[in-house]
Amino acid sequence: MKTLFACVKRNTILFFKDKGLFFTSLITPLILLVLYSTFLSNVYKDSYTMIFESQGLSISKEIVDGLAGGQLMSSLLAVSCVTVSFCSNMLMVQDKVTGAHKDMLITPLKRSTLGLSYYISTTISTLIICLVALVACLIYVAIVGWYMTFIDVLLTFVDILLLVTFGTALSSVINYFLSSQGQISAVGSIVSSCYGFICGAYMPLSQLGEGLRNAFMFLPGTYGTALIRNHAMGGAIEELSKTASPEIIKALKDTIDCNIYFFDQSVDTSVMYVVVIASIVVLLGAYVLINKFAKKSKK
Amino acid sequence: MNEVIRICNLHKSFKDVHAVNDLSFKVNEGELFAFLGVNGAGKSTTISIICSTLKKDSGKVYVDGIDIDTDSYQIKQKIGVVFQNSVLDKSLTVRQNLTFRAALYGIFNKELQDRIEYLSTILEFKDFIDRPVGKLSGGQRRKIDIARAIIHNPKILILDEPTTGLDPQTRTIMWKVINDLRKKLNMTVLLTTHYMEEAVDCDYVVIIDGGKMVAEGKPYELKNKYASDSVTVYGINEEQAELIGEDYQKVVGGFRFIIKDTKLATDMIIKNPQLFTDYEVTKGQMDSVFLNVTGKKLVGGDK
Repeated sequence: MKTLFACVKRNTILFFKDKGLFFTSLITPLILLVLYSTFLSNVYKDSYTMIFESQGLSISKEIVDGLAGGQLMSSLLAVSCVTVSFCSNMLMVQDKVTGAHKDMLITPLKRSTLGLSYYISTTISTLIICLVALVACLIYVAIVGWYMTFIDVLLTFVDILLLVTFGTALSSVINYFLSSQGQISAVGSIVSSCYGFICGAYMPLSQLGEGLRNAFMFLPGTYGTALIRNHAMGGAIEELSKTASPEIIKALKDTIDCNIYFFDQSVDTSVMYVVVIASIVVLLGAYVLINKFAKKSKK
Repeated sequence: MNEVIRICNLHKSFKDVHAVNDLSFKVNEGELFAFLGVNGAGKSTTISIICSTLKKDSGKVYVDGIDIDTDSYQIKQKIGVVFQNSVLDKSLTVRQNLTFRAALYGIFNKELQDRIEYLSTILEFKDFIDRPVGKLSGGQRRKIDIARAIIHNPKILILDEPTTGLDPQTRTIMWKVINDLRKKLNMTVLLTTHYMEEAVDCDYVVIIDGGKMVAEGKPYELKNKYASDSVTVYGINEEQAELIGEDYQKVVGGFRFIIKDTKLATDMIIKNPQLFTDYEVTKGQMDSVFLNVTGKKLVGGDK
């Protein structure tokens, strides 16, 4: 246990001492926040206003701002939890490039301990950065229109914790097979550019074609995005429900992916949790097996 | 003398490449053992197998009497390795690097402090122990590489091409540190290198080529067997050179005679003392040994 702690400490210190790596990871969600609020905020607000006006509803600007702020926050956090974990998990590959990985394996250190140490330290680093992003998002939402309850904030924190754990497990499995700086840059770029689309963060799944929507429903990230969205926008929707009919609320929740459907079957929030937790367990199991299998083939 | 490493009929292939081919040798306790070969000869593959990081195809490897197939954990406790490229974490301090390394061997608290204190004294790095490794000179880093490799007080120190790519000054520092360590700790050192001059001071040398052992012995034995001595006589003309009666070649200011051994040089001097007023007898060099050994293989197979 002491050896595992020492490995985690080393990995975490190295991450935070690498200014380039740390600031790149930290600044990415903050840049996203600025870009979202600058370019997308008005698009979100206009579309909400249009929807309500088409239904003959007169909704206050505060609620519209609250809805747009919540959607923006949920999109940003859903993407950051996964993309930042790929960035934080670079050390695993860097150690292979520098020879530190091989060097550590000439000691009595077990491969499984080393693998676990990368996982834990990446989770810690990613969580710290995502919590900074969460605070920034909460400040933004507080400025534009705050409707979240304490429970919503707490549940958003839990969602982040789960998505970070999921993102780290996913990046651990993928990064295990990478052995050069070029490969990790390529994977990082692909994940950063694609993940937001396939998890429904950049564009709600409801806007996509049926085939694509059903395909993306097989990806666990989609359920994570829906969880954060429900908790980030729940307060504003609750407020809206005081003036809007349940049909309108349902239609709105369907449009913004608070309600998601697996082949026309509505997915409950508790099921979303089950899917995300199950995917974490499966990925971690795969990571453990990969480490074990590698041990047998080389030793 | 006790054997600390014994390798018997070791084989390792990577697809079609037979990296190690029926290699057998032993290393005695306290010995400075040189493992010579060009890049790709199989040195690093053998080292990786000894360190239990690479699976062998067949053969046996014993480290301090322990079979690598039965207890690699124990073997890892007995070996320290310095690689060609420093793998220290540059943004961490010397102390942090050593502390982390010690943790991998289960060394903590008081034992760790004592060990760092001891190593910083014998390797003289107290002055920069709290400095980040990235800010150290090449020689200082090499010292820390060695300190890191012996933090757990191993019985065997493996130096895998430790001076490749280093400037002459850093190489000198490196060798001073290694020689001091051997004197102070009587540590067995297994050195892989392709610098022949580094093998001269070793106790025993094994030369491998294409994964096979092509020569072994003490440096002087190898020189006697595979390298020719020479006598260079200055201030004589070609007529006088012919009088000596051995094959010669013209060099600046004189003539060089390639001779089988040093005894022949004595005979030449006794026969023609009037010609030997300014001369030098040169013993065969290790690089000649290596060229002759691997050259024989190239033209006619094994030695």
